[in-house]
Order: sequence, then structure tokens, then C-alpha cells
Amino acid sequence: MNALELHGVSKSFGDHLVLKEIDLEVGEHEVVCVIGASGSGKSTLLRCVNLLDPIDEGRILVEGRDVTAPGVDANEVRRGIGIVFQAFNLFPHMTVLRNVTLAPREVLGRSRADAEADAEELLRRFGLADKRDAYPDRLSGGQQQRVAIVRALAMRPELMLLDEVTSALDPELVGEVLNVIRELAAGGMTMLIATHEMSFAREIADQVCFLDEGVILEQGPPEQIFSAPREPRTRQFLQRIVEAGRL
Amino acid sequence: MARRQRPDPRVDELDGSRASRILGGGGVRSTLVAAVSTIAFFGLLVLLVVNAPGWPEVRESFFDGDVFRESVRDIAPKLLRNIQMFLIAEVFILVFGLAIAILRSLPGPVFFPVRLLSVAYTDFFRGVPTILVIYLFGFGVPALGLAGVPTSPFFWGVASLVLVYSAYVSEVYRAGIESIHPSQEAAARSLGLTRAQALRFVIVPQAVRRVIPPLLNDFIGLQKDTALVALIGPVEAFRQSQIEVAATFDYTPYFATALLFVLLTIPLARFTDWLVERQRRRTR
Repeated sequence: MNALELHGVSKSFGDHLVLKEIDLEVGEHEVVCVIGASGSGKSTLLRCVNLLDPIDEGRILVEGRDVTAPGVDANEVRRGIGIVFQAFNLFPHMTVLRNVTLAPREVLGRSRADAEADAEELLRRFGLADKRDAYPDRLSGGQQQRVAIVRALAMRPELMLLDEVTSALDPELVGEVLNVIRELAAGGMTMLIATHEMSFAREIADQVCFLDEGVILEQGPPEQIFSAPREPRTRQFLQRIVEAGRL
Repeated sequence: MARRQRPDPRVDELDGSRASRILGGGGVRSTLVAAVSTIAFFGLLVLLVVNAPGWPEVRESFFDGDVFRESVRDIAPKLLRNIQMFLIAEVFILVFGLAIAILRSLPGPVFFPVRLLSVAYTDFFRGVPTILVIYLFGFGVPALGLAGVPTSPFFWGVASLVLVYSAYVSEVYRAGIESIHPSQEAAARSLGLTRAQALRFVIVPQAVRRVIPPLLNDFIGLQKDTALVALIGPVEAFRQSQIEVAATFDYTPYFATALLFVLLTIPLARFTDWLVERQRRRTR
């Protein structure tokens, strides 16, 4: 059974069709990277999987269960899916520890001691142990994004969605966040990653999807997509990336 | 908030040299200029007033020293009644105002009647003059003669202030709630929090912090509006001054009351300024 399946998913905002009949499969412990220009629908795709944006057509299956069926509790579905945003979106009025323990305590009903022990373990693992009492505005972008990843991991998700998590970072801070993702992949975390970091996608992905104007134009193992793309649009896109010195 | 703030040396220098918004920048020269222009301005104003044709009569009936001392002694204790009124009212206003703001922010067609009701409430109580609300409730409700309903004018005076000011304060809260970026709610919901939990833990705490200064500004207005309650009976500072004026035909008690009210609001006004300034520094 696949961790995630999308069947004919369409989504529009007003007259603008953002996703057109998307079919996508992410197997257990698989890492799938979605590449494509800004505005191609990558973020919307991830937000739809997390039920933050309702889809217009199609079905989304998580662990074989149709989460787009009527009567499904979206809050319950989201518990099992972690999402990390480009702009971190940490809660600025809470310390790092409270950011990480809020959902485990309030959503899963875990005790404070239990949730904090768990959070501290995760913070330690990602080199943030000394930041537990800091407020987000005291952290660098890279640290904030690592906290955001820890916050999502604290819910023990089956699936992680990463939405251009390094795009808002200063170049010298990108590496520390990518290392965290590498570690998650090595630990077998199932991930769907929207990214502009092509060499990272090439290194980490089991499958790469090229999204163009809301359509998955091409999909395959990274060697094939990056070395021998079939579609002219994919070639064109990668050519621009190479020209920009990003691959 | 996306990036760490880098300290900007220019800004810090500016900030360090600026003692206060009101008093202007530091330095001997600017202090001197400020002093001279203040003396000139207020000197002119005083000259204008004391040379007015009616000044001798006004001075006698509004600024009589003996009457002033006596009326301050009589009125100051009654000011406690005003303080009592606004302290009680503030507690209820904070709670009701937030409740109305939250009701108005509920999404979806199901909650349309709730939203409609809260809009109607704020429109009505911001539109009707406070004095009319006090008359309507202070005289109208006790006249109904309902069993178990309080008839005390003090009660209905405070209740009227709560009704009126909750409408203003709910708009302040609403502005605060709407100023929180939707990505905060998205982040909360993505962790599995319900909408109510997102409001309670993420949105409202941030919104409240943001609106404390405008909230206190409304409370300054409330402090002086407690004088309006005098018109339905309770003897507070303004009512007491009316009594004194009626006995002596000297208006000095009004001047004394005005001064007492100003003294009462100044600490809150300065505290609000201080909070605004602190917030400005933090969010830069």
C-alpha cells in the first residue's frame, strides 16, 4: 500500500485552474521531489494533501484511506501529516519548547512532562537543545526552520510535506536545513518535497515530478529527469536552472 | 519575522539620543529652543485670555481659590465612585468585547446569523449616544418592574457603559485578530489543532498583545464617561460638583472636577504611550 496516492486531483482558485487532474503516488519510505517554476502549483499541491485547501475534484488516499471522502475529520488527518512551510510560521509568542509541545499536548492530550521530554530529545537530535527557551525572533532563519521541522516531527507523522523549506533562507543557512532532511530520509521518513534545490532533489529523491502549469508533465527517477528529460518543457526548465548556476 | 533582525547601528544611535517624543531630542541647544518657544507660546495665550473683556468675571466664578480648595476636598472622595465604576466596567468590557469579536470572526454560512447579530450590536451601540443608552437603561429597565432585575441606577449606569464600550473594544479586538497573518492559522491547523484551539492558543494571544495600546486608549475614554452616569442619580465627582455649584452659584467646582479627571487619566495615558513606544522598538 502506498503512503500517499492522488487520483485526478484538480483545484482552482476562482477561474484559475491551479492543479489539473494530478495523479501521484508516494510509496512507504519514499522521497518524492516536486520541481517546477514558481506558480506551477507545487505549494497548492502540498496544501491540498494536508487538506488546508479543499480540492475540487479527484481523490487523495493516505495509507489507503480516502481523506477527501465526505465526513472525514480533517483535524484527525492532519495529525498524521507534518507540513513545513517556506516562511517557517513558528508561533512568535511562544518559546521553542512551547512551539514544539503545543500540538502533542493539546491535540494528542499528552502530559506536559511526556511531551517536553519528547521535544527535548528531538531538539537535541537536531542541534537545538540550547534553544529550548528562546523565542523564534532570537533564532537565525536556519534555526527557525529546523524548529519548524521538529514541531512537525513531534506529532510523529507518517508523512512529511516540505514546501520550499530553504527558499526563504540566506544561502549560508541552507545547508543545515538540508542536512536535517537528509537525516529524515536516511531514517526512512516518507516525504513529498517541493523544492528549487535541484542538486539536492537529485541526491535525495527516489522519484522526481516536474510540475508545469498545474500538470505533472514528467515523472521518473532523478537520473532520468535530470540527465535525459523527455519533455521539451522539462528540458527548457532545467536549461534555465543550469544557466542560473543552480545545478 | 522571516529573517533574524540585524542590529542597525544608525537606528540605535538615533534611539539613544532621543530622550522622549514629547520633549524632543536631547542636547542643550534643542532644550533651550524648546523652553523659549514654550514660554512664548503659553505667554501669548495667557495674555490673550487675561485681556479678554469678560476675564474678571470669569476668574471670579471659575477660578476662586477658596472655593477651589473646598470643592476639591468634597469632590475628591466622590471620584472613588468613578474609579469603582470604570474598574468594574473594564473587566466586563474586556470579556464581552472579545466574545463579540470572536463571534464576528466565525466563518461559514452556518454562523451568518451570529455574525449579523454581532455586527448589529456594534453598529447600534457605537451609533447611539452614550448618554441616551444610560437614560434608556437607567430609567427604562427599572420602570418595567420585573422581579429579580436590579433597579439601582449605579448598576444600570455601569451596565450601559459596558454595553457601549464593548462595542468599541470588540472592533479593536477584531482589528487585532485580522492583523494576524493567515499563515499562523494554517500552521496551527496543519498540526491538527481545531479552529477553536488555533484561536485560543495562537491567534487571540498574539492579537491581544498587539491591541493593548488602542484598548487602553478606549479605557481613557471610559474613565471620563463615568461622569455621564451622574445624570441618572449616583453621586459621583461630577454630580457632587453640580451640587456645589447649585449651592454657591460659583463654577469653580466644575474646574476642580475637570482637573481631577485629567489627573486621573494622565497615568493611564502615559502608560499607554510607554507601551506603544516599547512595542515600536520591539517590532523594528
